[in-house]
Amino acid sequence: MKRTSITVGILFLFLSISNVSSSKEIVVGSKTFTESVILGEIIKQIVQQQGLQVKYLSGLGGTRVLWNSLKKGELDIYPEYSGTLIQEIFSDKIINDLEELSEELQKYNIGMSRPLGFNNTYIIGMKKNLASKLKVANISDLRRYPDLRFGFSNEFMDRADGWPSLKKIYNLSHKNVKGLDHDLAYRGLESGSIDVIDLYSTDAEIDYYSLATLEDDLNHFPQYFAVVLYRKDIKKKYPKVISTILELENKITEVKMIKMNSDVKIKGISESNVASQYLKSALSIKTNPVQVSVFSRFSKNTLDHLVLVFISLTFAIIIAIPLGIISYKYEKIGKFILGVVGIIQTIPSIALLVFMIPLLGIGLAPAIVALFLYSLLPIVRNTYSGLKDVPVQIKESAVAIGLPSTARLTLIEIPIASRSILSGIKTSAVINVGTATLAALIGAGGYGQPIFTGIRLDNMGLILEGAVPAALLALLVQWLFGLLEKVFVPKGLRLKS
Amino acid sequence: MITLKNITKCYGSSIVIDDLSLLVQSGSTTVLIGPSGCGKSTTLKLINGLVRPEKGSVIINNQNINDYDIFSLRTKIGYVIQDGGLFPHLTAYENVSILASYLGWGKQSISERLGELCELTKFPSEALNRFPVQISGGQRQRVSLMRALMLNPDILLMDEPLAALDPLIRYDLQNDLKQIFSTLNKTVILVTHDINEADFFGDKIVLIKDGSVVQEGTLKQFVEYPSNSFVTKFISAQRKHF
Repeated sequence: MKRTSITVGILFLFLSISNVSSSKEIVVGSKTFTESVILGEIIKQIVQQQGLQVKYLSGLGGTRVLWNSLKKGELDIYPEYSGTLIQEIFSDKIINDLEELSEELQKYNIGMSRPLGFNNTYIIGMKKNLASKLKVANISDLRRYPDLRFGFSNEFMDRADGWPSLKKIYNLSHKNVKGLDHDLAYRGLESGSIDVIDLYSTDAEIDYYSLATLEDDLNHFPQYFAVVLYRKDIKKKYPKVISTILELENKITEVKMIKMNSDVKIKGISESNVASQYLKSALSIKTNPVQVSVFSRFSKNTLDHLVLVFISLTFAIIIAIPLGIISYKYEKIGKFILGVVGIIQTIPSIALLVFMIPLLGIGLAPAIVALFLYSLLPIVRNTYSGLKDVPVQIKESAVAIGLPSTARLTLIEIPIASRSILSGIKTSAVINVGTATLAALIGAGGYGQPIFTGIRLDNMGLILEGAVPAALLALLVQWLFGLLEKVFVPKGLRLKS
Repeated sequence: MITLKNITKCYGSSIVIDDLSLLVQSGSTTVLIGPSGCGKSTTLKLINGLVRPEKGSVIINNQNINDYDIFSLRTKIGYVIQDGGLFPHLTAYENVSILASYLGWGKQSISERLGELCELTKFPSEALNRFPVQISGGQRQRVSLMRALMLNPDILLMDEPLAALDPLIRYDLQNDLKQIFSTLNKTVILVTHDINEADFFGDKIVLIKDGSVVQEGTLKQFVEYPSNSFVTKFISAQRKHF
C-alpha cells in the first residue's frame, strides 16, 4: 500500500512539474469550430507580433473546458460569445446586457472586449427544397410536421438556450432528435438522414449548401456577439497586447466573418493564412503565418500520442496489478476496488476530462490522469480473475508443501496468472491508444488533433492522418505485447500437452 | 503418532466430518476408504491443516497442530494428490525443489537429493527438465511423490494417488510405492476407494461413511467380523468382480 501511495505521489509531482514549465508564455485557446479557431489564430498572431511567447491551444472541447481553464489561469485569452456566457456560464444569474455581463466577469478577474462586430446566433435550418415543399418559413411551422428528423450539435442538445428551451417555447413534440457533431450535421443533411439542424448564423455552409434558415418568430435565441475574454493579470503585465486585441472591436462584420469561415472551410485556406490576411487588411499588422509541414506535424502528434499512452499505461500497470492482487487476497476490499474502477470506466471521457480541469488544468496532465484511470479496469480485473482462476489443486498443493502466502503468490500464483494479467494490459493498451485521441479536446495533442480538425474542415486526408497511425499504433502495441508474452508467460504454460 | 479426536467439520450447513476419532501409529500405513463424499479426503486435509475443524483436535506427536508453526509443520508432512497438483509453469526439477530452494538450500545439496529421489521413485533423471505437460500421468505422480519426499518428512499423506492412471501403469506404481513405503518406514495415510488397493497397502484399513469411522482393521477382519451390514455390502460390491 505504501509503495502505491508513493507511486501516486510521483505521478502527481511529475504532472505538476509539466504544468509549471509552460507558465512564461501567453496561452490562447479556441473552441472546436472553425470560426473560433480563426479568431483564436488572429489573437495568437497579435500576441506573437508583440514579440511574446505564445501557445495556441486550438479546438478545445467545449465552453466548459475553456471557461474553467480561463478561471484557473491555464488559459489567458480566448474568443467567446455574449449569449453563451449569459445563457450557459451564468445561467443561474439574471444578466440583462453587456454592461452587467462585464461586471459579472470582473468578479473572476476576467476582462471582456466590446463586441467584435458580428452576431453569431443559432439558426434552425433545413434544405431549401424541403422547406419550400412543406412551406416552412419560421420555427413555429415545424409544429405541423412532428415526424421531421432533427439532428442537433451535442452542445445544442444540452445547453440551457438550446434544444430543451426551444422545445418548450415553440411547443415542439418531435421525437426523432439526435445529438451529433456540428460538422457532421451538414453531411447528415446532405445525405438525407436528417431534416433539420442547428446552424451558426456565420457558417459558410449556409450559402454553400443553399440552406433555408427558419425565422425565430418567438425570439427564442439570444444574441451571440463575439467577444474576447482575457485575464486581467495579463492586461496588467502586457497592456499593449490587450489594447491591440481590443482594436478588433466593431471591426469584424458578419459578412467578413462568413467570408473568413468560407475561406477556411470551403476554399481550404489555412486558418493561419486567413488570420494573417485579415490582420494585414484590417489593422495593418504584418504577421508571418506559420506553415507547418505534414511531417513535422505528424512527428509532433506521434510524440504527443506516445507520451500520453506510455506514461498513463506505465502508471496504470504499476498501480493496477497490486490492486488486482489486493482484490484477490481480500475479498471485501476487492469488491470495493473492482466496483470503483468499474464506475470510473462508465464516466464519459469528456466529462472526466472536464472534471479534472479545476485540479489539473488542461493539457498533458489531465489527459494522462484520465487515460490512467481508464486503463485500470482491464488490468485490475484480469489480475484478479487470473489469480482466482488458478486451479484449486495447485493452490492447495502450494499450501500443503509449506510455502507461506507471499511465496505462493510470487512463485506460483502470479506466474500462472501471468497470461491473464498480460492480456489485461494488452486490452488496456489498445483502449488507451484509442481513447488518447480525445486528449486533443483538452489541448494535449496527439493523433486526435488531425482527426478533430479533419472532421471540422470536412477534410478526409486530415482525418486519416490521425486515424491511420492511431490504428497502426494499436496494432503495434498488440504485437509488442504478443512478444512480451514469450518473456513473461512461463514456458511451461505456453507448451501444448 | 497422529491422533484425531472427536472432529466435526461442516461446509456451510452440511456436516462432512461427524465426531470422527482416529489413531495412526508411527511408521505404519493406514488406508482411508469409503464411498465418494464420505469425508476421507477432508480427514487427510485436517492433518496438514488445509482444513480446520469446528470441533475436536488434531494431535501430532503429542502436540496439537494449532501449537505448531504451520509452515514448518507442513514441511514435515508430504502431500500427494490425485492428478499430482504439479505447478504447470515449473519443470519437474523445479517442482520438486521449489520449497528447498525457497528455504535456501544450496544447488549442490538440491541436486544430490534429487538424484536420490529419482532412484527411489524410479524417475528417469533426464526427464527432470521437462514440464508437467510433457510427461505421462504415471511420471507426474512420481514427480509429485518426489516433491512430497524432498524434505524427508515423517508423514506422507496421499489422496487417491493412483486413481487417474490406467491399469498397467497403476500396477507398476502400486508395487513401487509399496516398496518405497517399506524402505522409508514413514507414517503413511493413503486415501482410496478401491478395497483391493487398500488391502494391498494398508497395515490398517479405516472404513468411513458420512464423516464417521464405521470400522477399522484388516480386510480379513472386515470380511469375517463386519461391524454392520454396510461393511459387508461395501466390500462385496468391489470383491465380486474377482
